[in-house]
Amino acid sequence: MTGVNSFQVSGYGPERAGWTRLLARDSLARRLDWPILLAALALSGIGAILVFSATRNRTEINQGDPYYFLLRHILNTGIGFALMIGTVWLGHRTLRTAVPLLYGLSVFLILMVLTPLGSTVNGAHSWIVLGGGFSLQPSEFVKITIILGMAMLLAARVDAGDKAYPDHRTVLQALGLAAVPMLVVMLMPDLGSVMVMVIIVLGVLLASGASNRWVFGLLGAGAAGAIAGWQLHILDEYQIARFAAFANPSLDPAGVGYNTNQARIAIGSGGLTGSGLFHGSQTTGQFVPEQQTDFVFTVAGEELGFLGGGLIIVLLGVVLWRACRIARETTELYGTIVAAGIVAWFAFQAFENIGMTLGIMPVTGLPLPFVSYGGSSMFSVWVAVGLLQSIRVQRPMSA
Amino acid sequence: MTNIPETGRTPRVQIRLVVIQILVLSLLGTLGGRLWYLQIREGDEYAKEASGNHVQQVVEPAVRGSILDARGVPLADNETRLVVSASRTDLLKMKDDGKAVLTKLAAVLGMTPQEVMEKVRLCDSKTPQPCWNGSPYQPIPITDEATAKQALQIRERAEDFPGITAEPEAVRRYAAPGKANTAQVLGYLSPVTDDEITKAQDSDSPYLRSDQVGRSGLEREYDKELRGKAGVTRYEVDNLGRVIGEAEADPAQPGSNLVTSIDARVQRVAEYELNQAMKEARKTYDKNTGENYKADSGAVVVMEAKTGRVVSMASNPSYDPNAWVGGISAKDYAKLTGKNSNYPLLNRAIQGQSAPGSIFKVVPTAAAINAGYSFNGPYQCSSSYSIGGQVFKNFESKGYGPISLGRALEVSCDTVFYRLSHQEWQKDGGNKPKKNPGDWFYKTAHQFGLGKETGIDLPNEVTGRIPDRQWKQSYWKANKDAWCKYGKKGGTYAEQIAYENCLEGNKMRAGDSVNYSIGQGDTLVTPIQMAAIYGAIANGGTLYEPTVGKAIVGADGKSVQEIEPTAHGKLPMSEKTRVEIDDALAGVATRGTAAWRFGGWPQDEIPMHAKTGTAEVYGKQTTSWFATYTKDYTVIMTISQGGTGSGASGPAVRKIYNALYGVSEDGTINPKNALLPTPQKSLPKIKADGSITSPKVSKDPAKDQQISQKGTEEPDVQQLAATVATATTGNRNARRRRRARGSRRTLA
Repeated sequence: MTGVNSFQVSGYGPERAGWTRLLARDSLARRLDWPILLAALALSGIGAILVFSATRNRTEINQGDPYYFLLRHILNTGIGFALMIGTVWLGHRTLRTAVPLLYGLSVFLILMVLTPLGSTVNGAHSWIVLGGGFSLQPSEFVKITIILGMAMLLAARVDAGDKAYPDHRTVLQALGLAAVPMLVVMLMPDLGSVMVMVIIVLGVLLASGASNRWVFGLLGAGAAGAIAGWQLHILDEYQIARFAAFANPSLDPAGVGYNTNQARIAIGSGGLTGSGLFHGSQTTGQFVPEQQTDFVFTVAGEELGFLGGGLIIVLLGVVLWRACRIARETTELYGTIVAAGIVAWFAFQAFENIGMTLGIMPVTGLPLPFVSYGGSSMFSVWVAVGLLQSIRVQRPMSA
Repeated sequence: MTNIPETGRTPRVQIRLVVIQILVLSLLGTLGGRLWYLQIREGDEYAKEASGNHVQQVVEPAVRGSILDARGVPLADNETRLVVSASRTDLLKMKDDGKAVLTKLAAVLGMTPQEVMEKVRLCDSKTPQPCWNGSPYQPIPITDEATAKQALQIRERAEDFPGITAEPEAVRRYAAPGKANTAQVLGYLSPVTDDEITKAQDSDSPYLRSDQVGRSGLEREYDKELRGKAGVTRYEVDNLGRVIGEAEADPAQPGSNLVTSIDARVQRVAEYELNQAMKEARKTYDKNTGENYKADSGAVVVMEAKTGRVVSMASNPSYDPNAWVGGISAKDYAKLTGKNSNYPLLNRAIQGQSAPGSIFKVVPTAAAINAGYSFNGPYQCSSSYSIGGQVFKNFESKGYGPISLGRALEVSCDTVFYRLSHQEWQKDGGNKPKKNPGDWFYKTAHQFGLGKETGIDLPNEVTGRIPDRQWKQSYWKANKDAWCKYGKKGGTYAEQIAYENCLEGNKMRAGDSVNYSIGQGDTLVTPIQMAAIYGAIANGGTLYEPTVGKAIVGADGKSVQEIEPTAHGKLPMSEKTRVEIDDALAGVATRGTAAWRFGGWPQDEIPMHAKTGTAEVYGKQTTSWFATYTKDYTVIMTISQGGTGSGASGPAVRKIYNALYGVSEDGTINPKNALLPTPQKSLPKIKADGSITSPKVSKDPAKDQQISQKGTEEPDVQQLAATVATATTGNRNARRRRRARGSRRTLA
């Protein structure tokens, strides 16, 4: 285990005082991945504006305070940012030792959801209400712990130099580790999160160098599982309905298809430059449901147009591009796997979220990373940014 | 840990990372492409959809124009009723969808909560009436019969009745001035249908969901003018229908008024006298059938002879058009249209057709002259005329010897016309017709305008029928299968007829031409056609399209669009012939078949012309026809299964003339009693504020006339129009009673 005690940047001169250390050539600040950080901050900032636009008139949920959601979104971003700093400070290698603990905690939390403590929002029983207007969605944290847990198992022997690739037994263990929380999430049922986790597992397996047989086997099992879920009625009625409506929204324009239709109308009516911030009639008229969370992209589409929507996609592209680079450039497999897992997670979740508002993906309750309102999601994506930064900071400078 | 950049990573992982990166980028590219497709390529489409999404319109209906009689007396106008309405959007905002409010409202209105709930639910394929089929953003009327007290209760406790309004609103009223019912001429309204909305969508007068549309009579014919243009306010709304801004507002434009040539008083007299005549006929014994005459229906038309304007048009049985106001009940509807209703909705003056009998004879008279016969003849009026063993008798088998055509009209000699028609038939080749037969009797009839609509400004006029060769051929084609199946040689009379028809129903037979010459057989005419013909004989030969509408006057009285009488042809006869026929018809009234009905008539002051007709209908009692005219007016009356022309219709027609000219039973003229000695020329004045100056109409002009003409006859309490209650702003109970009585009012 090489990285356990090596949080300190090794081999780059003597210890220095705080601020000089920050500004030094080989300092932490210099080695941070600024594009990711700035893009993530910009996305959160845009998110704050969009959330504000979507909620300032919604007196029935903002408790009469138009800034209610705006302030909370900024607060969430702040907490997320702090979590990122904490993550960088601890370093992903330090966290590697704590992975069993974190994994256990997250599984415990999602099991709590199944107890009477959990509550249902929009058909998914995936929340723990903490009181005081706060609630927790543990499945968001599970996404991180699955990545960390699998990375720990898969990279252990490779990073130790024992093997070139993880062997079948390790892969099986890693899959088992991921399967436990995924089963629980499926029971909630939070199909969207399960889909994200499946993609994360795929990404992790790919990056780990595990045998192609595993990768294709998993893909095949996923397809078989989907067909079985459809045929054997494991899926709930509303999930199938949502899927059908995505395929053909005119099937039921007043019911399930309503979301899809209104979202598409909102985005389509935006044109090149949009109707202007706070001037979207679809947004002002509250025709799109869940517009501050799952359908936040429709606000951008309508009020900021193709330019605004495109900017969000480009910023996400920046984050993902840099994250891919981090995955490729880090020296240890552990970091590679973690970064690749995060890439898979962000990429799929963003694609699914924006895709459903554009009518090319079925409607699921997934937030858009950084942009959507929601604490749990915001915290977890910022922690992920922290992990990416830590991986970059702690790898040797590439000249 | 080494400082050297890691290059020793296994290529498998490196390649896979590149694959991941490419996958990620292509996902993002897909999103960008789709975004471009939606926003740039299809953007306009979605922008349109979005604007339709959040704009809702609220309609302020235009006040429908009034229908006025010639002097400005409203026959159809609007009355103010207190309408209690519920706003569905307001109700749905409440926790219980407004159930509590509606229940409270039901208590105030004296209705059951269920009744009220049913009224505000929206119609769909699964929801039976009552339900609301208008826009859900429109206030939904719950009752239009609220009392002032109920309205006050609702308004004063507005906080208890959120979403409920009690406002005065204009509702159609058929006022029946002087008890003039005029039902079939006025027509009625009913809500617009989906089809009509779609059809009129792109026209210059599109319908609104809440519109009432004229369904018959003048309401239909002049619907566009009367309707006006509804005011529309467009509101921007959010997804729950809450108004977040006003987009645009068009104010309502009230509909124009229609001035008709109807005189409410004459109309009342005509309706009353028609009804009296029919009642009288029902007391009369019919020796042919061995029972009293049924007098099942009748019509009378009073027309200005010089213009074709209709002064009154009555059809019996009749009904109360107010039954349609505020939606007709299923019960009332069945009474108006059911099998046993005798169809009071029909305007028998333009939709009732029957064989004309002898009032038709002016047509063969002109035809004979056009065919080259002289007016003076003489022609043999024998008591019967036989063709190949078949004997065609004169009416009551009387003979008058050799007479002129004029005298033949006076005494209504059938055999003169039998002979002429038969001769012409033989000239045309008889049973083996020439290639181009003269067919004078049929051609002339068409030239009189028979067999087609007169073009009166009322919908659904029927054409009548001239049974010429062409018609015979097409009728035979359509029916021969049935005839051949039913017909039997030597069977019953009906079977025998069917048998003959099967064999040669397409041929013009001698008997056909003979029957046709006196307006019997397959000949069909409508009262309005005969009015146009007799009016033309009176006015010097011009056939006018009869008109009821006289002018369309804007709601503020400023724009006046007069409806000029239009001629659609000349009578097919020379002026000389017209004068000769005119003289003969005067002779009918003074010494001919109608003389006994015009005893003591001031013929020198008001020359009266008349022709009686008694048409035979197979399997039914005879139809009574009476056609008359003076220099100003034509009056045509017919009573189905009513008896003879002069017998059943004579007294009624004379009483109508008495009323028009102020003639007493003894023949003295009292101008003070005259309702309309000359046709009304000027139009009524409509002031800028929409008010109309009109003379007062007495409670019942028909009764006034009875008194002034004779002064003794007891008025009949059971008569038709006497029970037509004057419309009041009454409460619902009063209206209920009125409607209930309306059912009995329909005469059979």
